[in-house]
Amino acid sequence: MTTLIEAPPSDADGLLPSKKKTGGGGLGQYMIIRFLLIIPTIFILVTMVFFLMRITGDPITAALGGRLPPDQLQERIHAAGYDRPVFVQYFEYLAQLVTGNFGTTLSDNRRVVEMLATYGSATLELTVNALIVALLVGIPLGMVAAHRRDHAPDAVLRVFAILCYATPVFFAGLLLKLTFSVWLGWLPVAGRARTSSELALTGLQAPTGIYWLDAVRSGNMAALGDVMAHAVLPAVALGLLTAGIFLRLVRTNVIGTLGRDYIEAGRSRGVSEYRLVTKHAFKPALIPIITVMGLQIAVLLGGAVLTETTFEWKGLGYQLVNYLTARDFVAVQGIVVLLAVIVAVTNFIVDIVAALIDPRVRY
Amino acid sequence: MSTNTPVEATVDRRAPLIKRLPVISHFNKSVGLQRGMLVTGLVLTGIFLLTALFAPLIAPYGYSQLSDAAGSFPAQQAPGGKHLLGTTVGGYDVFSRVVWGSQTAVLVIVAAVVLSIFAGVILGLVSGYLGGWLDRVLVVIADAIYAFPSLLVAIVMAIVISGGQSSLFGGVLAAAISITVVFIPQYFRVIRAETIRLKAEPFVESAKVVGASNIRIMSRHIYKNATRTLPLIFTLNASEAILTLAGLGFLGFGIEPSSAAEWGFDLKQALADTTSGIWWTGVFPGLAIVWTVLGLTLVGESINDLNDPRLRGRRKAASGAGGPDSTAAAQAAPQAESRVL
Repeated sequence: MTTLIEAPPSDADGLLPSKKKTGGGGLGQYMIIRFLLIIPTIFILVTMVFFLMRITGDPITAALGGRLPPDQLQERIHAAGYDRPVFVQYFEYLAQLVTGNFGTTLSDNRRVVEMLATYGSATLELTVNALIVALLVGIPLGMVAAHRRDHAPDAVLRVFAILCYATPVFFAGLLLKLTFSVWLGWLPVAGRARTSSELALTGLQAPTGIYWLDAVRSGNMAALGDVMAHAVLPAVALGLLTAGIFLRLVRTNVIGTLGRDYIEAGRSRGVSEYRLVTKHAFKPALIPIITVMGLQIAVLLGGAVLTETTFEWKGLGYQLVNYLTARDFVAVQGIVVLLAVIVAVTNFIVDIVAALIDPRVRY
Repeated sequence: MSTNTPVEATVDRRAPLIKRLPVISHFNKSVGLQRGMLVTGLVLTGIFLLTALFAPLIAPYGYSQLSDAAGSFPAQQAPGGKHLLGTTVGGYDVFSRVVWGSQTAVLVIVAAVVLSIFAGVILGLVSGYLGGWLDRVLVVIADAIYAFPSLLVAIVMAIVISGGQSSLFGGVLAAAISITVVFIPQYFRVIRAETIRLKAEPFVESAKVVGASNIRIMSRHIYKNATRTLPLIFTLNASEAILTLAGLGFLGFGIEPSSAAEWGFDLKQALADTTSGIWWTGVFPGLAIVWTVLGLTLVGESINDLNDPRLRGRRKAASGAGGPDSTAAAQAAPQAESRVL
């Protein structure tokens, strides 16, 4: 939309009573209060997911029901403690979470923490790649659109931005796959790497799980090229979704700053038009861009679920769908808690960065 | 179609205004573009709605029909001949399923948006007007849901409600409720913010002095003023509802293929076909999604720009200071936008 986005949404509600009472609290107090607000966010999401999942029945029946005779099922349920009152289980679950114990998955009997580490790195790699694509596409094109405002390039770019928004990630992925993998044969269809490179990379000492990083560390150039080729299409599919949003955001904000007096002053001093757009007008436009970039993390994570399924990218989203289909609620809860923590912490960081850049945010 | 009435009404009222604007020089180009976007959006949306309305007449076959008098449909037949857009692995006619899919989409959008407006408006009014601990709790809950990836919330709800499968009515309702849960926080925020602003207005105070009850103040005085911006959010959310529905279908948590045609589900099935170069099973349902979302987004955007005097003003005076826009609509719009799937 053609609106400037300045304050992060959590401030819009007047939920932060920091300044009103103290008058001069400052950044430190703002940071502490903002940090404490992370806790209710995570707590509410954990609680919601726990009770919503329990409405549908206990995890053992959901995962194994129909595959075990009823008396054995009862035995397993009793052994796992799922026949106790739901509130007892809830508080037990909370106590486990606080100590970092996420339990073991029901369907493939792995420790949830390990599962999160393995697949989380894959999702991290995908979202970072996508964010890079989004910034590389969105920011320069947004500047072009702002500079050539209301001319043909602007019109084309605005339509492009809306198309980015209107195309679901999985359809973009399907088109990319059809074009570049099936018809042109340039890039691999799916997955994170060839089996051979995957074996080489996971066999490393203390792998990070981020394949290109592992490939660089081990100096395995063949694997690096392979990993890069696999990463292109998913990153583009997911990145384009966000690129449209960045494009419009940069356009709107640069148009806003381009009209200021200091730009006119710069122009009269003989600063080049290119420099005016990319430096003078762009820098003040950065604050809303950073804020929205933080909000985009949630969007990217949601999009990652679809992208990973489209490209069989074995990350958290791909696994989440598998675990949901298998009704493995312990694993699902683990993934949701991790995502909630990531989203809450990102929002926290964004608010702090915004406050550091612009003192007005703290009021 | 009930979905389109607010949109059409607003647009019709605005149409003469566009024509009255001076069609000269530089500015006229932007108006031309603006009008072009609006007309394009209306045409796309209109075709979508007409397709949904006349689906039984347009579609040559039923959405789950596998054979006709001449025998079973061939599987994976290329577009052309008897099957305009080809057939799927299972032998469904792609064209028929794309056409019937529009009907499912309309049903889900209407159900989802109506449910979430209903719940969101009531919660927002009560929370904003009464304030206190109830307000605090509701805001924290809404923020928590709002911050979380909306598709995941919808998936969890879909599993809880339907267990992943159900009839046409149940499936549509389950999908609609799942999407509703995502949208309630958005309406809640907008209405609550407006209510808090309006609460301090003199006309509310005078209503209190006259002795109007809280319920009357909320339902008469504040409600009418706080809901002005809803048509705009509606069009923005309608496109998001389509994307969420398609996302649910694509992941296999949507409506069953035998109970209704759904584009996202068809794309999920088509994914396996792509590797063998079969493009028609995926491209056409996908294009249908893009078509619909594009139409609704264009309409919503144009209304947003034309409706809001502040946005219109800033558009003209490009040199304006560009301070943060405090209207609920202006806040809701970028928020709704940044919540793409």
